[in-house]
Amino acid sequence: MKLDELLKVLFPAGHDTRVEAEGILVGTASYGDGKTAAVVGVVNQTSLGTDGALALAGHILETIRRSPKRPIVTLLDAGSQRMRRRDEMLGLNEYLAHLTKSYTLAARQGHRTVAVLFGSVAAGAFISTGLVQDILVAVPGANPEVMDLPSIARVTKLPLEKLKALAKSTPVFASGLAYEPPIGAITEIWDRGNLASRLATALDGVAGTPDRRDEIGLERKGRLKAADIARRVQREAAVLL
Amino acid sequence: MKDYLTNHLTGSWYEATARERITGLLDKGSFKEFTGPTAREVSPHLKMFDLPVAFDDGIIVGRGKVKDHPVLLAAQEGRFMGGTFGEVHGAKLVGLLRYARDNPKAPRIVLLLLDTGGVRLQEANVGELAVSEIIRALLEARAAGVAVIAMVGGRAGAFGGGGITASCCSRIVISEQGRTSVSGPEVIETNMGVEEFDSRDRPLVWRTTGGKTRRLLGGADAYASDSIESFRNAALRVLDNIPPFEMATLEREQARLADRLGKFGRCHDTPDIWKKMRIAEADKIADLSDDDFKRLVEAHQEANHEAR
Repeated sequence: MKLDELLKVLFPAGHDTRVEAEGILVGTASYGDGKTAAVVGVVNQTSLGTDGALALAGHILETIRRSPKRPIVTLLDAGSQRMRRRDEMLGLNEYLAHLTKSYTLAARQGHRTVAVLFGSVAAGAFISTGLVQDILVAVPGANPEVMDLPSIARVTKLPLEKLKALAKSTPVFASGLAYEPPIGAITEIWDRGNLASRLATALDGVAGTPDRRDEIGLERKGRLKAADIARRVQREAAVLL
Repeated sequence: MKDYLTNHLTGSWYEATARERITGLLDKGSFKEFTGPTAREVSPHLKMFDLPVAFDDGIIVGRGKVKDHPVLLAAQEGRFMGGTFGEVHGAKLVGLLRYARDNPKAPRIVLLLLDTGGVRLQEANVGELAVSEIIRALLEARAAGVAVIAMVGGRAGAFGGGGITASCCSRIVISEQGRTSVSGPEVIETNMGVEEFDSRDRPLVWRTTGGKTRRLLGGADAYASDSIESFRNAALRVLDNIPPFEMATLEREQARLADRLGKFGRCHDTPDIWKKMRIAEADKIADLSDDDFKRLVEAHQEANHEAR
C-alpha cells in the first residue's frame, strides 16, 4: 500500500500530514468520533540516520509538551539504520536510543502509541520505532527484517539453501512478515475489515501497557523459552535477596 | 588458572573473561548468580546450525557488592558467539531488569558489563525482540529510580542493539578499547563499499568508534583505563550523578544531540571535530596517555552533561 492510500483508509475523516527531510512524516489526523491523533513516521524506505532520528524524537517530545495524552500513530516504510561512517562517528546509537526513550516516555505519560508497518523496516531502525510501541500492527506489504538470508548465509557461513529450508520450520531467524507475529513482535495483522475502525479501537486502548511480548510469543508457540527464563531469573533473584 | 588470577587481580578488562570481570569487580565472596550454568539453560536454536552451546548462553546475571554497595549485574561473554543477544541470553537480562524495576528492596544499582556484537544472527528475530524487551525493562527500571550503568571495554565492544542499549543506560563507563556503534565497520563496508568505510583501516575504525571518541563527544560519561579496578572506580564515581528518566532529561538530550549535529554534522573525520572544539592535540588524541586524555575531557563541555 502507498502512503497516500494508507492515510486515506486509516483516516477517512481527514488528515493534515507532510513528509519532511529524511523521510520523516509529521502531522495530525482525525479518528473515531472526531478525536485527534498525532501522526508521525519514517517513509519512502528511508534509512534512519542521526538527523532523521533526532527530527522524529523532536516531534514526539513536542506532542508530549503541547498535546497531553494525544495518541501517536507511527507509519513505517523505512530502511534499516543509516549505514554511513559519518552517522556512526556522530554517535548514531545515541540518536536511536534517544528516539526509543522518547517513545517510551510518551507511552508512560499517557500517549497511546500504535505503529502501522506498511513497508519495510529493519534492524536498529526497527528497534527504535516499530518495536517500542504499545501496539505494532502490520498491513499487507509489510516486510520487517533483521538481515536478509543471503547476508545471514555470508555471516554464518551456511549454505543459503539450508537456511531457506530451516526458515520453513522456525520463526526465529528468517526475515519477513510471517515470522514476527508468532514470536510476539507484531500484535496484529490487519489484512481485512475496516482499517479506520480497527485503528480507532487500537488508539482508545490504555497507554503504557506492560510488555507482554514474551508471554504472547509463548502463547503463539513461536518463542518458547524467553518468558520462562525471564520469570525464573526474577524468582531466583527474589529468593536470594 | 594463572591467566585467571592475573586478569582479575591486576589485569586488563579487555583480556578478562566475563566471569573474571565479575570476580575482580565485586567484593570477595559477595556474588550470587541467577539461572547460572548448572541450570543448563542453553540456546534451543544453535544446534540446528551445528554450533556449540554454552551453559550460560554467554551471559551471567546475579547480585553482589561493590565496595559494600549492593548491586545487580549482568556480564556478557564476548568470547561466546561474540556476546550476542539470543533468546535465552536476552531473557536472562530482561528478568534481571524486571526484578530491579519491580522490587524497591532490590539493589538500586544495575551494572551492565556489555561485550556484544549485537543480535545473534542465528536467532535474529528473537534476539532483536529481546533487545527491545531489555530496553523497555531498562527504561522502566530507571523510571522506578534504579541507576543502570553500562561498562564497555571488552573485545566485542557494544555494537548493534548493544550500542543502542548502552545509550539507554543512566551512565556509561568506557575505556579506549570500548568501541561502540550501531552498524559495525565490516557491515558498512559490505553494504556501502570500501570507499564509505574501510574496515581494515584500523586507525580510522578506532577514531570513529573507539572509547576516546565516544567520551570526548559526550557519548560516554566516564573514561576508565583498561583495568578492572579503574572500571570499578569509574562506576562508583558516576553514581554521584544519575539523570532521572523524565521529560526534562529528554529535552536536554534533544538539545544536546541537536547541538552536536549543528556543530559537527558536516565534519568528515574526528580530527575535524576536535579542531572545531579547539583541541590543540586534534591529530594526536590516540597518542594521549589516559591521564592526559582525562584532563582534556574535563575541559570540554560536550563531554560532560546530565542529558541521557
